[in-house]
Amino acid sequence: MVQETRPKGTLPLPVPDEDTQAFWDYCRERELRAQRCISCGRLRYPPRPTCPQCASTDVEWQLLSGRGKVYTYAISHQAIHPALEGRVPFTTLVVELDEGLRMTSNLVEDSAPIEIGTAVEVSFERVNEEITLPRFKVAT
Amino acid sequence: MTNELRGHTAIAGIGETDYSRASGRTELMLSLQAIQAALDDAGLKPSDVDGLMKWSVDTSLEADVAANLGIKELSFFGEINQAGNVGAALVGHAAAAIRAGIAEVVVIFRGVNGRSGRRYGRGDVTGRQGRGASQFTEPFGVLVPQHGLAMMTRRRMYETGVTSRQFGATAVTIRQHANRNPRATFYETPLTIEDHQNSRFVVEPLHLFDCCLETDGGGALVLTSAERARTLKKPPAYIRAATQTGYVRDREYTDVSAKVTGPRLFKMAGMQPSDVDVVQIYDHFCPFVIFALEDYGFVERGEGGKFVEAGEISWDGGSLPVNTSGGHLSEAYLQGMNQLIEGVRQVRGESTSQVEDVGVSFVDTGVGTGAVLLTREP
Repeated sequence: MVQETRPKGTLPLPVPDEDTQAFWDYCRERELRAQRCISCGRLRYPPRPTCPQCASTDVEWQLLSGRGKVYTYAISHQAIHPALEGRVPFTTLVVELDEGLRMTSNLVEDSAPIEIGTAVEVSFERVNEEITLPRFKVAT
Repeated sequence: MTNELRGHTAIAGIGETDYSRASGRTELMLSLQAIQAALDDAGLKPSDVDGLMKWSVDTSLEADVAANLGIKELSFFGEINQAGNVGAALVGHAAAAIRAGIAEVVVIFRGVNGRSGRRYGRGDVTGRQGRGASQFTEPFGVLVPQHGLAMMTRRRMYETGVTSRQFGATAVTIRQHANRNPRATFYETPLTIEDHQNSRFVVEPLHLFDCCLETDGGGALVLTSAERARTLKKPPAYIRAATQTGYVRDREYTDVSAKVTGPRLFKMAGMQPSDVDVVQIYDHFCPFVIFALEDYGFVERGEGGKFVEAGEISWDGGSLPVNTSGGHLSEAYLQGMNQLIEGVRQVRGESTSQVEDVGVSFVDTGVGTGAVLLTREP
């Protein structure tokens, strides 16, 4: 699913760095992937250079289902930050992915409403040539 | 781990400016005025000061502060990084330096135009423009502290059954304390539970009156050895223990770091939560007063909301009065500094909502990122 970006308050774009570039490269290919530590086998998110459990730097990038359940969410009713101008109400959420990882993201605007436990799936939004964001919508 | 702090150092002076929405002064001037007030309170002169410590987010540099105070040589200084939540950590570092003989009189200061200048609630201070770890939050609209903390609040409501009305009872009780404190921003403004429940959602489930103030103002603390503090103007507030928590790997999503800070602090102090007479908590958002009470171990998880509703955190008849000056919600938002000042006042018997016979005063400065136990006796 592709959703085009809208000309409203400008949310900060991710600034990829050497530790995170691969994640954003996969997103550009519309693949949600997370690092799996080759040393201890643990899956982790967000991307980081070393494993918080064993400090190994060896990883493989595992393809994720992109499906999960709403773990929690909040609805901005006020554009407290200028980036939310014209975007409220705006729903941010934490998704518990089927693989067990928790991921902070937001609900696409045309999604059905959610509550804790609602099944959701990733919905990639291409922002520009470099950046595609993994957002979520109620699963079909 | 031995604790060499136990009563060997003390907070000997406290000072603050007026609290407003537009100070008309620089943050440097606010800091200088607060420091001078704290030194006057202690009966010390700027020339007695050899150490300065600050929040890293404070814009006033220690050399500028020293130059304007007339300090001859600044031989100990430092700042602690994160955000607003490092007040107790600063107290711990300063006390350790004094105990080690590295410094003799350390001033911890805070001066902010938090309403008329850079606003915490708008992300002016904490925003990272999508760099570092924020590349996985800010592009998704998690831009200011409220956004992440509202999500945590909702999950904890789901897990423990705590209610928005109980958050409202927290706001109302702390406002009642502010209504007794002429320095408080909301001194003359009452708040009812209906006002709270009917106030707009800022970030649902957080209502407007779940959120703290934004304030222009300054505050300062003067720390020195227990021996020296006993020779000064005011009764010392002895530092029994101070600790900080910067990261917890195996934390449950809805736990606040009080969960690890509490047991560590009380172990350092050789005390229990039940020894505490009065509590100050970093009340940036109402729900976190309840979460802190639970995770520090003052009440069981899931019981905090009922505890508040039963009036137990009220100065007026409660078993554990909380935020007796009005806290960040209703006095001022000085990022933990006003909680530290009030914690000292309670030990001295100077609060406008004075708890009777305070022996142990507990101050949290970040819902678990740091806490201090102050005592009347060393």
